[in-house]
Order: sequence, then C-alpha cells, then structure tokens
Amino acid sequence: MTAIDPFGMNVNNESMAEPAIDIEDLTKDYPYGFLHLKKRRSLENLTMQVQAGEVFGFLGPNGAGKSTTIKLLMRLIFPTAGSARILGKPISDIAMHRDIGYLPEQPYFYDYLTAAEVLDYFARFHDFTTAERRERVQRMLEKVGLESVGRVQLRKYSKGMLQRVGLAQAILHDPAVVVLDEPMSGLDPVGRREVRDIILELKKQGKTVLFSTHILSDAEMLCDRVGVIVGGKLQGVGAPSELVGLQAQGIEILFELPASGATGGDLLAQATQTGDRYRLQVEEIGLYAAMQRLQAAGAKVLSVTQVKPSLEEYFMHLVEADRAQAAAVEVRPK
Amino acid sequence: MSSKGYIALLLFVLLGFAGVWRLQEHIDRQQSAVESEDDQLMLRSSKLVKGLSLEYAPLMADIYWTRVVQYFGNKQAGNQVDLRLLWPLLDVTTVLDPELMPVYHFGSTFLSDASPRGAGRPDLAVELLERGLRANPDEWRLYYDLGFVYYFDMKDYAKASAALYEGSKNPKAFIWMKAMAAKIATEGNSTETSNFLWQDVYNTTKDPLVKQNALRHLQLLRAEDDRKQIDAVADEYQKRFGRRPVRMSELVQSGLLRGAPVDALGYPYTLSEAGKAELNLKTPLRERWIKAPASK
Amino acid sequence: MTRIGTVALNTFREAVRDRVLYNLVFFALVMMASAILVGQISVGIEQIVIVTLGLSAISIIGLLISVFIGVGLVSKEIDKRTLYALLAKPLRRWEFILGKFAGLALTLTVNTAAMSAGLFLALFYVKHSIERADTAVLVAVYFILLKLALVVALAMLFSCFTTPLLAILFTAGLYVAGLFIHEMRGMQSGLIDPVLGRLLRWISYLLPNFENFDVMGAAAHGRVIPGMLIAENTVYAALYCAIVLAVAMAIFSQRNLK
Repeated sequence: MTAIDPFGMNVNNESMAEPAIDIEDLTKDYPYGFLHLKKRRSLENLTMQVQAGEVFGFLGPNGAGKSTTIKLLMRLIFPTAGSARILGKPISDIAMHRDIGYLPEQPYFYDYLTAAEVLDYFARFHDFTTAERRERVQRMLEKVGLESVGRVQLRKYSKGMLQRVGLAQAILHDPAVVVLDEPMSGLDPVGRREVRDIILELKKQGKTVLFSTHILSDAEMLCDRVGVIVGGKLQGVGAPSELVGLQAQGIEILFELPASGATGGDLLAQATQTGDRYRLQVEEIGLYAAMQRLQAAGAKVLSVTQVKPSLEEYFMHLVEADRAQAAAVEVRPK
Repeated sequence: MSSKGYIALLLFVLLGFAGVWRLQEHIDRQQSAVESEDDQLMLRSSKLVKGLSLEYAPLMADIYWTRVVQYFGNKQAGNQVDLRLLWPLLDVTTVLDPELMPVYHFGSTFLSDASPRGAGRPDLAVELLERGLRANPDEWRLYYDLGFVYYFDMKDYAKASAALYEGSKNPKAFIWMKAMAAKIATEGNSTETSNFLWQDVYNTTKDPLVKQNALRHLQLLRAEDDRKQIDAVADEYQKRFGRRPVRMSELVQSGLLRGAPVDALGYPYTLSEAGKAELNLKTPLRERWIKAPASK
Repeated sequence: MTRIGTVALNTFREAVRDRVLYNLVFFALVMMASAILVGQISVGIEQIVIVTLGLSAISIIGLLISVFIGVGLVSKEIDKRTLYALLAKPLRRWEFILGKFAGLALTLTVNTAAMSAGLFLALFYVKHSIERADTAVLVAVYFILLKLALVVALAMLFSCFTTPLLAILFTAGLYVAGLFIHEMRGMQSGLIDPVLGRLLRWISYLLPNFENFDVMGAAAHGRVIPGMLIAENTVYAALYCAIVLAVAMAIFSQRNLK
C-alpha cells in the first residue's frame, strides 16, 4: 500500500476540530451463493476522515466500494463491522439527517410528480414554514437551471435534468454536509461545469462536500483532498498533488540538435525523438550534468519542465497492483 | 434492532395473536347469528358451480366432498345440522366430478339412512347411485350400494334383486351377489340375507364409521331375532299360565328362560305392557330401533 | 406524525395520478349499471343481484388494488431507487412503512366510497327508495374496507423481504386460505389424526380470518348486522394489521437496500 498519510492528519493538524465525517474500521460483507453462505467483502476496515469545510473526493474504479461506503453512511445498508459519525453524531441518529444532503447514484424520482412537487415533497421532511418551503423550492430550481420546466412531470426529464433535480433536493435544506455519489455521471460538459460550480459554491459557503467519482480530472480540479479506494481497501488519502508526488519526479529537457552531427551519443540514445526535437528525461540530480553535455554537444535547449505524473497514472498503478494481488490470491490453493 | 427491540416486538406479536384468537371466538358466535341457509342459494346450482370452476371442476369436487364429510361429521359429533342440505351438496359434487366414487358410496348411505342419523331420503340415494352408474357403467359396486338401498331402506325386493343381479354380471364383482340376487327374489326380506349383507360390509370396509354402523345393524338384527325368540317364549308362557307375562323375571322364574336375556350391548330386554319383548330403555340400540322396520 | 402524513399523502397522490385506478373504478360502475340490466331479466331478485354483483365488484377490484399496489408500495420504491434520497431525510424507516400503508388505505377508502355511491345509485334507481335495511349494504362495504386494509398490510409485509412476484403469491394465498377457516375447523371431527387436528385448529385461529368480513348474504337480503359484530371486526382488523405492520416495520428497518 503506497499511502502517504492514511489518516489525513497532516492537513489540519493544528485544528483539533472534530471531523465532519469520521469513519472508523468500516467493513461490509455481502453474503452470496446458495443459502447465502459465502461472503464477499466489498469494504474492508475503512478508516477515513473528512474535515469540516473541505471538498473531499472519493476515487476508485467501478466496484471499488465508493458507493458502498456512501450507502453505509446514509444508512441504506448496514455495516458488518466498524462505525461512523457525521457531525459528531453516530450514523444511526436519524436527527442527524437534518444536516446532511445526499445525491444518490443515477437518481430517479417519482415520475408522476413535477420537479417542483418532488422538491416540495422532500422539503416537507424538514421544519420549514409553507412560505419558506415554497421560496426554497423556487430558489433551488433556479440554481440548477430547471425553473422553466419546474411544472413538467419528471417522466419527461432527461438524465441530466434528473441529476440536477437530485442535486437540488440534496442542498435544498442548506445542510452542513453534502454527500454526492457520482454527481457528474451522465452529464454533458456543460452540465458537469455547472455541477462543479455548485460544488465550489458550497465550499465557499463553508460546507463539507464528499463526492465520489471515477473522473480523475474533476477530482484534481475540485478537491482539497482525495481518498483512493481500490478493491474495498483505502489505498491512500491526501491532497492530489501529494499523492502523485509519490512517483519519481524528474525533469524533461526538450532540445534540438544542430544539423551538424553532434556527439550526443548516449544521451541521444535515451531521448525520444519527434522530428527534429528530442525529449530527454533525467533525474533532478543529474540535470546540471545533462545540461552541460547538451551544451557541449551544441544542442539548442527549448524547454526544461518538471515531469508531473498525473493522478491517472497513480491511479492505474494502484489498480494494477490490486489486480496483481487479487490474482495472486486466487492462485493460492484453498 | 437492539435485542430489547426484538423482545418487545416478539411480545407484541404474541400478545396480539392471543387477542386475535379471543376476538375470533367472539366473532364466530356473532357470525353464526348472521349466517343463514340463503347463503347457500347461489351455490346450489350445480351447473353454475361447474361453470365457475372453469378447468378446476375436479378440484372443486374434492373441496365439496370435504365439505360433505365435514358436514356429516359435524352431525355425528352431535351438532345441529340440517341434512336437507346434503342432497344439494352431493348433487353439486357429482356434477363437478362424476367419477368420484366415495361420493356415491358414502353419499347414498348418508342419504338413505333414516332420520335422525341420515337424511332419510332413500329415493335421492337411488337417484345419486343411478347417476353414478350412468357416468361409470363399469362400477359394479354402485349396483351393490343400490341393492343395499332397495333392500334395507325402500324394501323393494324386486329392484334390490335386480340391482344385485346387474352388478353380479361384472366379473370383478363379489361372488355372492348373483346368489344373493336370487335369494332376495324368492324370499324377499330375511334375517339371513340382512345378516349376510351387513356382515359383508363389516368385514370389507376400512372406514371406522361405516364399520361401526354395520356392527350396529348386526346388533339390531340380533336384537330382532332375540325379540322374536322372547315373544315365542312369552307365547308359551301365555299358553301355560293363561296370561301374558308382564316382567322378564316371570319368564325366568317360570323356568322358560335360563337367565335374563341381554342385547348385544349387555342391556337386558324388557317386556311391554302387551307382553311383547322390547329393547331396554337405556340401550343405545334403541335410537335405531325406533326407526327400524317393524318386525315381520 | 406529519412525516407519516407526508408519505401517506404522496402515496395517495401517486394513486390518484395512476390511470389504472380510474379504469378499475369505471369498470365497477359499469358493472353496477349492468347489474340493473341483469336484475331485469331475473324476476323478483333485482335488488339481490345488484347488491351481490355490486359488492362482488367492489370486493374484487379492491382486492386487486390491495394486492398489486400493496406489494408495489415498497418494492417499487426499492427497484426504482426513489427510496434512496428519501431515506437520507430525517424520516425513520418505520414511519415510511406506516405512511405508505396509510396512503393506500386512504386511496382504497376513496375508491370504495366512489364505487359504493354507484351501488347505492343503482339500488335507488331500481327501488326508488332507500330503507333502513339497506344499511346492511353499507356495513358490508365497511367490512370490505377492513378486509382490504388487512390485505394491504400483508402485501406490504411480504414485499419487505421477498420478490414482488412471491409477495403477490403469498398474499393471495393467505387470502384464499383465510376464506376456508370454516373447513379447517370442520376437519377436527375425529376423522383425522388428532395431532394434525390440533395443529389445524391452531392454524385456523391464527390465520387471518377473512370469512369474518363476509356478510354478502345478509346485505343482499336486508338482514340486520349486529353492532357487536361490527365492533369486533373493527378491532380484529386493527389488531391484526398492527401485528403485521409491526413485523413489516421491524424487517424493513433491518433491510440492506441494494
């Protein structure tokens, strides 16, 4: 496990404030097979915190356990072991639900209702006066850009529109913690941009946002921290930049060689050539030496940039490691 | 859910069902007041029931038959049951499934047996059996049952003989049916025949109720015989002492009887005012005797 | 309390917007009208036909709604995932169950009332008067409602832990079994093994007894239905529903939604 900081403590170690979401050793087994005798462990000993006011991305490939974790938090399913607290209260406390908002994966709502009616319905479970409720519903519809179709029955909505309704009902009551399960899925780039804007706005309002996604670029753009989960296990937690910093960093030199055959020699052999240009990757330490040699060879250096591996590579690296481990497990005889 | 919660739930469910049971008993009492014969109105029409049963007619027949048995069983248990409903039920059952043999066999018994034990309608029993024979010509047992009804309940010895004879034609029938047909044709009613027939029932049936019934009949026949013999003794007494005896003890004292004669259940016979032998007032056989055929 | 009411009213609203319900009610009203026609053909039993046919229609349609929609109350919300966002609200799972039940019960009451109105109209048309004896019909309708409430509770219970199809089968099966309690009782007349007889007796008392609510004969012939029976049936239905719903709520509270 290549974890920098599994407990995410180095971010806010000056504030001993209670985390907004505090997960401890959360485990979930699913029984399957004939008579439900076998068990599949979809989440193993997850321990993770989300600090108040931060945007936390929950990353992982499909089936890694992201949705499972979120459903456990929302009490849609029950843990096999472990516990969790949101805003200091245990997840079994139903009153705590007043302060959380939830957008389920691929949401679907009562298709015989209009968007306004759905929002009104959900709003009724909170203590608003009739006037407040109406005002909020209207405001939410505008916020997610559905005010023009507010009176249309949901059965006529597209997937993207449903997603927006889902988002609206999640934030309608101004919750302190917002949990979104794959909020960008099924949205076109415009829709995704809008969701991103809403998430940023929530952050500005000081809310805590936990969202799961497998779109890494979104995570890189939005999150203060991310947690990567693969195969039911938490693989790493930290700011995106820190996580990817695990990969060996290097420097990439882009240069051209003069027409006159120069004695690049071994350097050339290591470089990749595209037309006239060569890219050479060296370690930080060896940068100076390489530069000298290139100068001596008469190369024209075009640029020197730091090689920053992307979150994607880090991610794929983890996924492959997990797959290898799983395969290794299967080979072992019972 | 906490274990406390489970216990609370379990308690609630148990108490709830206890309450349900109690209530049900109350409701049952109320319902019997509301129910009436009219409720059966729609269900009496055998054609209607057959229609409603769609392709499940034989299943419905089974259900109806169960009803009949329960109905009759209730009567045996001493409850008040109106046997006038028996015929409609049997009618419907046999329309629904004409091949249900027990219906004809037991049904004819229930129908033909004299009231209060049975419905006292041997004519309907005949109709039932004839319907059975129309649908199942190969069932010689129905002829046997028919013979029974004609002989015992309708006292039509010609028809009884004819039925037994018809049945005897079937190679699978009881061997004695032919001979018995002849005997009845010539002699009509005779104790011997009756005894034989009931004894045969007693030996062959597997149903405890029917067996018991046959036994009763045999006991009654014996009682009949006994009565005849006692009457003959009484006649002898009259010849000797010029008057009819008034008490059984007189016959015993006179030496004409060795001891006080008792019926099959151990109850001693008594003498009527007219000096005729009678069953003891307390014997259970009396229930049948009152309705039994007068001695010939 | 208002949370349950919110769920209930939403359930009612869903039923109202479901066109199938209107078709069913329309069908029932057509039956009432045709009952008048049939009554004309069979001399002397016009009223009886109207009442029996009308009550049968109300009962059958009510049963269809109770079983099919009753099972769907929970399973549809789980299948379609509409439940997920809802349970993230400060709504307890048992409140959800109660609310759904109340909503369908309300729907059934409204439907049954509408169909009964049609029945009484047909009756009035034929008799040109409504008498005291006709209150028996009203009681019969009330009993049908009690019966339907119990069926809904059972349907909800089964849909909390089995597939919709099985839930429908179990509910329908229990209903049919509950109509033959009489037969079960009769079977103890010494014709069968006493242990089996004992077991049957217990089952006959514990199964939901739907025969209790059958007063069609009395209603058709204008006989008075004793107030005691009305009270007892009400308590019976309420108590049995409470038991069934309590178990349903308990099961649902533990269920992992997938």
